[in-house]
Amino acid sequence: MAEKLIVIGNGMAGCRAVEELLARAPGRYEIAIFGKEPELNYNRIMLSPVLAGEKSFDDIVINDAGWYERNAIVLHAGVEIVAIDKAARLAIDDRGGRHSYDRLLIATGSNPIMLPLPGADLAGVISFRDIADVRAMLAASTTGARAVVIGGGLLGLEAANGLRARGMAVSVVHLVDTLMERQLDEAASFLLKRELEARGIDVLTGASTECIVGDRGVRGVRLKDGRHIAADLVVMAVGIRANIALAKAAGLDCGRGVVVDDHMRTSDLSIFAVGECVEHGGQTYGLVAPLWEMCKAAADALAGIEARGYRGSAISTKLKVTGIDVFSAGQFGGGNDTEDIVFRDAAMGVYKRLILAGGRLVGAVLYGDTREGNWYFQLVKDATPIDSMRDSLIFGQALFAGSGQNPKSAVSALPDASEICGCNGVCKGTILRAIGEHDLKSVEDVRRKTKASSSCGSCTGLVEQLLVLSLGDDFVPGAATKPMCLCTTLTHDDVRRLILAKEMKSIPEAMQELDWTTPDGCGSCRPALNYYLLCAWPGEYVDDKQSRFINERAHANIQKDGTYSVVPRMWGGVTNPRELRAIADVADKFRIPTVKVTGGQRIDLLGVKKHDLPAVWADLNAAGLVSGHAYGKALRTVKTCVGSEWCRFGTQDSTAMGIRLEKMTWGSWMPHKFKMAVSGCPRNCAEATIKDFGVVATEAGWDLHVGGNGGMRVRATDLLCKVTTDEEAIEYCCAFIQLYREEARYLERTAPWIERVGLNHVKAKLVDAPQTRAALATRFLHSQKFFQVDPWAERAEKRRDRREFAQLMGTA
Amino acid sequence: MTPDRWIALGWLRDVPARGARRIVTADGPMAIFRTSDDRVFAVEDRCPHKGGPLSQGIVHDSAVTCPLHGWVIDLEKAAARDPDNGCIKSFAVRISAGVVEILLPRIKAAAE
Repeated sequence: MAEKLIVIGNGMAGCRAVEELLARAPGRYEIAIFGKEPELNYNRIMLSPVLAGEKSFDDIVINDAGWYERNAIVLHAGVEIVAIDKAARLAIDDRGGRHSYDRLLIATGSNPIMLPLPGADLAGVISFRDIADVRAMLAASTTGARAVVIGGGLLGLEAANGLRARGMAVSVVHLVDTLMERQLDEAASFLLKRELEARGIDVLTGASTECIVGDRGVRGVRLKDGRHIAADLVVMAVGIRANIALAKAAGLDCGRGVVVDDHMRTSDLSIFAVGECVEHGGQTYGLVAPLWEMCKAAADALAGIEARGYRGSAISTKLKVTGIDVFSAGQFGGGNDTEDIVFRDAAMGVYKRLILAGGRLVGAVLYGDTREGNWYFQLVKDATPIDSMRDSLIFGQALFAGSGQNPKSAVSALPDASEICGCNGVCKGTILRAIGEHDLKSVEDVRRKTKASSSCGSCTGLVEQLLVLSLGDDFVPGAATKPMCLCTTLTHDDVRRLILAKEMKSIPEAMQELDWTTPDGCGSCRPALNYYLLCAWPGEYVDDKQSRFINERAHANIQKDGTYSVVPRMWGGVTNPRELRAIADVADKFRIPTVKVTGGQRIDLLGVKKHDLPAVWADLNAAGLVSGHAYGKALRTVKTCVGSEWCRFGTQDSTAMGIRLEKMTWGSWMPHKFKMAVSGCPRNCAEATIKDFGVVATEAGWDLHVGGNGGMRVRATDLLCKVTTDEEAIEYCCAFIQLYREEARYLERTAPWIERVGLNHVKAKLVDAPQTRAALATRFLHSQKFFQVDPWAERAEKRRDRREFAQLMGTA
Repeated sequence: MTPDRWIALGWLRDVPARGARRIVTADGPMAIFRTSDDRVFAVEDRCPHKGGPLSQGIVHDSAVTCPLHGWVIDLEKAAARDPDNGCIKSFAVRISAGVVEILLPRIKAAAE
């Protein structure tokens, strides 16, 4: 049996979506369309020519009655859906009819914005939105003499032109100085104004309407500057607003429009929406091209076709006023980094302006000759490099032909639109263009310009191949040593070696000695240098607060809304009623919105305001709770199971071991976060084999595991060795941490570090060389003397860095 | 028409070098930055990317790295550096007897 699809809205978007759906899955749905207007589906953007008398209503009907019949679509014209019952999947119409659906498509379009001016409710004040408005305007044009159009945008000017063509005297009142200011620059707007005036339209820019005057009907419009304009008809064309009332009342997520995902699905899985009523990626659209793209995406989803969906639209605009050709696309505001190419032919009334930035066309404004508009628009959308054709670009595309491609490499077969970097959504074409345009020579260059390969790095190989494709023999994959950041040519390892060799003990000294190219580094090298220095010179180096990431500066975790989260340490995951009461009291006292149990056996207080942090810490400190360093490149948690103390399978006291390890290692700064776990038997309930350092009890003692990671790329640990005593386990833990601290690069977790240096290297330093192991452990414990200070107590009681947590105070 | 209006925000000494302070105003949160060479910038405390509090970021030369997703905002240009795009509102700043003052746009002052 066919599923039931109800479409709310018989407009352009609703019907186009149905057409697209029928092309994909004919017969899959039993379709009913509800339209508020008692009309067939017509082309709303052609209302202007109807108004101007260039077309009749029949000319702009898209689908006649036969189309509905042939496709077995039931059209309820003039019937409005007034409510949706999501739970029962019912759409309820204005006559009380209840219509069940399996899928619902909302295409309710938009409403014209009616300014709440005094007199706006007088007869003769209308909008310009549907065929009824056009009919009202036509009726007025035969009897009345004067019309005022409020709004000098696209729609307002089309209305003004149509009414003028019908013989009315027309004035346009526009709030700002530039007509169509969202689409046109001043020069094009000036030409447009002159042309409209030549057609007998009175254009008042920089004019604000105070009220509409009249008694039963409209008599005129009064402006704020006191001017009065007589009128029998006032058309308000100041913009549109997505029509979301129905969706909102039904409880669907709405912003400025009905919020949809890339597949045009609303917050209800059975309900889709397309057209001017939707908000996608924070954008609403009032032009037709994006609607077509949305309809395709919705049809794919309704037909059950896997597709990439709708990804938002670049927009171009054309004015549909006969004899006036205006086109704009992209950005045209100008700026420091853009340059213009301008062509003027005063005699022909032609003005063309192309806006260039970074070797690409970013915007175009055309007046008088818009033939090349679509080509320019394509260049903008595709971000095509235009350096080679820059000189003659303004004359159009006839001069240029396409260019070939090197077929050598496997990646050359991929289409330009295929995605190379999934993390950052960078496609092949983007990377190739960036390489060509910016003369990129290395993977690092590509990362910097395009972000490709800058997150998980798994596409690095592909990026290298694209470099080979572009540069040929000039590029040797993997040959370039990767500098620490753009501020230096030295690698992380070079910098660390030199810090020790030259005994450099501050960031400014290191930057001076190592020829940093920037005055004080960047957000990437400063935290790294700070870490390398504090690791090299414990007790001597003075931590540079301003080089710490905010989380480590504020000793809490910044959240997406700028609040912080606070996680007190729970040694080995063990707590008690006193601590829990203190946490509950703090949550109440500071109105902390979310209290959550973490994966690391602790409690997270989320949504704490920055200025409350010291007071929150003071209360937690009073109950004996200290910082859990959940925010730091530091020892995080030591997860444990209950072990032999309670568990009938437990072979060792894993909880006690976990607490001992945590008490020994807390407070140590690391290249990245560091997690541990201790399991009391090989069942491994503490999941120790995906931790940086994992301890698993056996009958004979402890198995020590290293280099696990449960994150983006899961990696099980490698077995480092088996030991028999607690003391050995402790020493190995210290030594392993210290080796990681001294050798890994900043922001390198143990898993990639071990994969880079090899497990054998780690074993050689720890297992095969007891003296080296002992020395590492000693160095670790020495540095712990300086770092085992509770940062919360320091700030709460001793009021250290208190400035950090206060707002800047006024001086008055 | 009202003249331009300079509003005192706080003491310069309370803004650390290579750091920033946040101040919540009637127009929303604002960030006062101070560079290593003692230049001061006032901008809205809102990253053009996802609204992150720029005042909490790491300050380097005349730029700040947003703490949320690492966008680098050039404070001189009040705009994101490559490869990102976006700009923020900025205000003229002067230091008067150790006090940071910003220039409120004329239209805004007149509206108050």
